[in-house]
Amino acid sequence: MYVAVKGGERAIDNAHGWLAEERRGDPAVPELTVAQIREQMRLAVNRVMAEGSLYDPDLAALAIKQARGDLIEAVFLIRAYRTTLPRLGASNPVETAAMAVDRRISATFKDLPGGQVLGPTFDYTHRLLDFRLAAGDEVPAAATVPAQTGPVPHVTGFLNRDGLIEAAPPCDAVPPDLTREPLELPADRALRLQAITRGDEGFILSLAYSTQRGYGRTHAFVGELRIGAVAVEVEIPELGFAVEIGEVELTECETVNQFKGSKTEPPQFTRGYGLVFGQSERKAIAMSLVDRALRWKELGEDYVGAPAQDEEFVLSHCDNIQATGFLEHIKLPHYVDFQAELELIRRLRAEATAASRQEAAE
Amino acid sequence: MTETPITARQDWMSVLAKAPPARLAALMPDLPPHDLLRSPETGAVMVRGRAGATGAAFNLGEMTVTRCSVRLAGGAVGHAWVQGRDRAHATRAAVADALMQTEAAPRVRADVLEVLRAEAEGRRAARAARAAATKVDFFTMVRGEDA
Repeated sequence: MYVAVKGGERAIDNAHGWLAEERRGDPAVPELTVAQIREQMRLAVNRVMAEGSLYDPDLAALAIKQARGDLIEAVFLIRAYRTTLPRLGASNPVETAAMAVDRRISATFKDLPGGQVLGPTFDYTHRLLDFRLAAGDEVPAAATVPAQTGPVPHVTGFLNRDGLIEAAPPCDAVPPDLTREPLELPADRALRLQAITRGDEGFILSLAYSTQRGYGRTHAFVGELRIGAVAVEVEIPELGFAVEIGEVELTECETVNQFKGSKTEPPQFTRGYGLVFGQSERKAIAMSLVDRALRWKELGEDYVGAPAQDEEFVLSHCDNIQATGFLEHIKLPHYVDFQAELELIRRLRAEATAASRQEAAE
Repeated sequence: MTETPITARQDWMSVLAKAPPARLAALMPDLPPHDLLRSPETGAVMVRGRAGATGAAFNLGEMTVTRCSVRLAGGAVGHAWVQGRDRAHATRAAVADALMQTEAAPRVRADVLEVLRAEAEGRRAARAARAAATKVDFFTMVRGEDA
């Protein structure tokens, strides 16, 4: 018999009231402002924007505050919010070659036009806890030197001139959009890149690491990693021309991968690509490794059954909101399902007991 | 190089869109009478990138954008698309766009656009100078066999 039940409204209201109180913490400690989170928890804000797939630092900071610092919960809030926004259009593809770089390094060429620019990096720090931060010391101003203006060309451009790396010819076909049509497999590279750039950083990191350890090895070098601001240009329909309507901070990683040739391609370097909202270096590097691993089919490489080569596995499991939604739903009431399971087990036990009694009697 | 009217308008619309909303409000505290042809509306624009920086386009993720269109009493129509969710920013930018098509243009250019442009250039230069200070100067160590 199916019995519908109601109840719990008072308990739920009170739970949410307590949640608000716990979120606030000790009232003797000053409350965090959204601006403080936006300015001082920038990398958390960046991650929520990247995985929430919506660039708006204030909203991401608010989501982090509301979620008590649970970044996946914050991503969930951003994903829910973005569904309420009308889609006004799409930008022209961003020109990362024209990026105002805060950081730009190459692991493949020491001397390159534009130079190796370290930017505000954790690299070369000793990873020792800095107790001056706990004391709240004043921060001295960062050093400055007059900047040379000049182009900062992509490293893959030099290799391309010599024909040693596969070309990436422009194509302006309208790319498929995961947020408009459900994911269909096989997916083209554009769809894979969209899925990975909004995918969970931890999942993409682990997959990328698995390729380095031999599960679909691609021998990646970081040809170039750059972080900085790029202009976003949009065609304004009422005017018939394009306007730069804003700026986003992006991290771009291009890997150069060893490739000894295949049935269809000559020996040359191949490319993996990562592009992520905000200063999100680990994610961009990981993305470029996973992108490269997933390209085995178009490059005529062997499928060795590695998880990072399996686009169905990668694309179906990289979204942390889908994953956490399905994972966490099992904690919600399943009283009726479980009742049925319980009935089944009782019946099977009764039958087994009856059978063994009969055997004993015989 | 001579500027065509469209590139000049693209340029000022961009300066207005990228301005910090509070600065634009400080520089243009009072708006002339205007009708809203399209009330400020916040939505999302899908930002696109290219695979390998130069290849096929793909969808990177959305950003918030607010748009607005106005008509001044004299008939000039102004449009704005600005990043973010600030309705007042979009309205002000649309009014400024309309004013730039009237005889008020030289005043708006001098009092608003040039100020915003200089401030944006200052912010850009400040970051570029910090980045330049982190540029690596390689030098060759004394080689073992030279010692």
